[in-house]
Amino acid sequence: MTAPAASQPRLSHRLRHEALRVLFHIYGAAGYLFFYLPIIILVIFSFNDSRSVSQWAGFSWRWYEAMLQDRQIMLALWNSVFVAVVSTAIATVLGTLAAMALERYRRFPGRLFADITLYLPIIIPDIAMAIMLLAFFNLSGIGLHVWKVNFFGVRLAVPFSVIIGHVAFNISFVAVVVQARLAQMDRTLEEAAQDLYANPWRTFWRVTLPLMMPGVLGGALLAFTLSLDDFVITFFTSGAGFNTLPVRVFGMIRKGVTPKINAVSSLMLGFSLLLVTLALLAARGRDERNVRLF
Amino acid sequence: MSALLQRKPGLRAWLLLAPSFVWLMLFFIIPLGIILVYSFLERDVYGGVVWKWTLDNYRRVFDPLYFKTFLASLWIAFLTAFFSLLFGYPLAYYIATRPEKVRNALVLALMIPFWTNFLVRTYAWLTLLRTNTGLINVWLQQWGIIDRPLPLFGNTFAITLGLVYGWMPDMILPIYAALERLDRRLLEAAEDLYASRWQVFRRVIWPLSLPGVVAGTMLVFIPSLGAFVTPAILGGGKRLMIGNVITNQFLGAHDWPFGSALSVLMMAVMLVATLIYFRTGGEEGRRGGLG
Repeated sequence: MTAPAASQPRLSHRLRHEALRVLFHIYGAAGYLFFYLPIIILVIFSFNDSRSVSQWAGFSWRWYEAMLQDRQIMLALWNSVFVAVVSTAIATVLGTLAAMALERYRRFPGRLFADITLYLPIIIPDIAMAIMLLAFFNLSGIGLHVWKVNFFGVRLAVPFSVIIGHVAFNISFVAVVVQARLAQMDRTLEEAAQDLYANPWRTFWRVTLPLMMPGVLGGALLAFTLSLDDFVITFFTSGAGFNTLPVRVFGMIRKGVTPKINAVSSLMLGFSLLLVTLALLAARGRDERNVRLF
Repeated sequence: MSALLQRKPGLRAWLLLAPSFVWLMLFFIIPLGIILVYSFLERDVYGGVVWKWTLDNYRRVFDPLYFKTFLASLWIAFLTAFFSLLFGYPLAYYIATRPEKVRNALVLALMIPFWTNFLVRTYAWLTLLRTNTGLINVWLQQWGIIDRPLPLFGNTFAITLGLVYGWMPDMILPIYAALERLDRRLLEAAEDLYASRWQVFRRVIWPLSLPGVVAGTMLVFIPSLGAFVTPAILGGGKRLMIGNVITNQFLGAHDWPFGSALSVLMMAVMLVATLIYFRTGGEEGRRGGLG
């Protein structure tokens, strides 16, 4: 109360500063709560011992059991994994080659056109790409055949159109990720290999590819995730009767909400977490490699 | 052959590009062309197209019935971008001002929901927002805070909330990237020159983060305008966006030419937005170079 007049404004200034700091922390926490709370609640109610997804009635595994016994869900799961594996493999090879072309040969005739073709699929929303592919497959008859395959003992019938569509939207993402990696790469190592009389082929396999491998892996993981996550393009290009997990979940949501959907969602969430972890490990490998090599 | 390749690097570039280029030509550029052509054709009663040129499809777009949906979609996309920026900017700033270790953890924590399936994230909100059985209304009623359920579902609010939730990381990450690159010494210089907090923000931080803001706005606006899943799930079958109308034309009504015209118009709006983005981005890049 009898504090010197001079320190008065300073104290209130500091208090205000401190209050702002605390408020900012609260804001940050609230922001993350906004992102995580819906997902956490979703997972919690996948363990609910009743049909409700908003009234807790005790813990139970029953919806996970129901999910595992649901043949359509399990088939959709295998379809998802198969489509993701095949489309990622193709998109990774094509996207990596394209990234090398764009990064190594800065200027060449038709560069602008190549850029547009390669980047447009990233910008265009999936709904537009989906109807474009639907019209194309319908008009040309390409891709309407079904790929019958025995995938780890499960019989699948996957329309080629779905795989073609997934590759088409994934090439660009792989190319972007690999290109970013190539841009950071030290070219002197390749030049050194060539100075030591390695032919271009050998230089590629022994120097370039190992160096850009983290980028290739990163691109492949992104492609795999995008493929697993895709709903819209699969929904449009698959025709009736073929389900991936997201397509199946969409169909289930339309019929009504049950904790079984929460259980499938939690499974998909688990997949995503696994992939993020793998991506992190790949990134860590990249850092260590940098330290060792450069 | 190999000698020719040695002499012409352009040829080598195209050889590497060829596989993906052919794939995208066949399964992206040509399909795009088909949609463009379809949008000028007449529909066939059986769901196909009749090869007769017409502008009717584009005229129908301006039929109030559809044009209202188109405007509503633009409004929702705008709201989504606006609220993502309003709430996302401070969050990006918060992340950027943490110590490095915390910062990396926070960015990662932002990526996890982002890598989670979009459908799953939208479904999560469905279980929270539904009018009578949604968690929020159930709890608020149990705690006696409200008597009647709040209108949280099947309206613009629900769709916008779902879209903000889904796309806000796309806003935060570019802004964060811009803020993280920001040179601290500029802030100190501004403070040394007796700039107030607000002035520092308005005159230094905001202009330098503008490229991130513009990029983020684009990344949120474009997918929001083309949204299909979010209105289908959170719109409760009542509130529709242009993506749902296009879907209906292709899968339900079998009016492919009209559906094509709607998507061409949608893509045209996005193209204009992208062009604006590149112009602003370019301007800001030059100004940033000066600072």
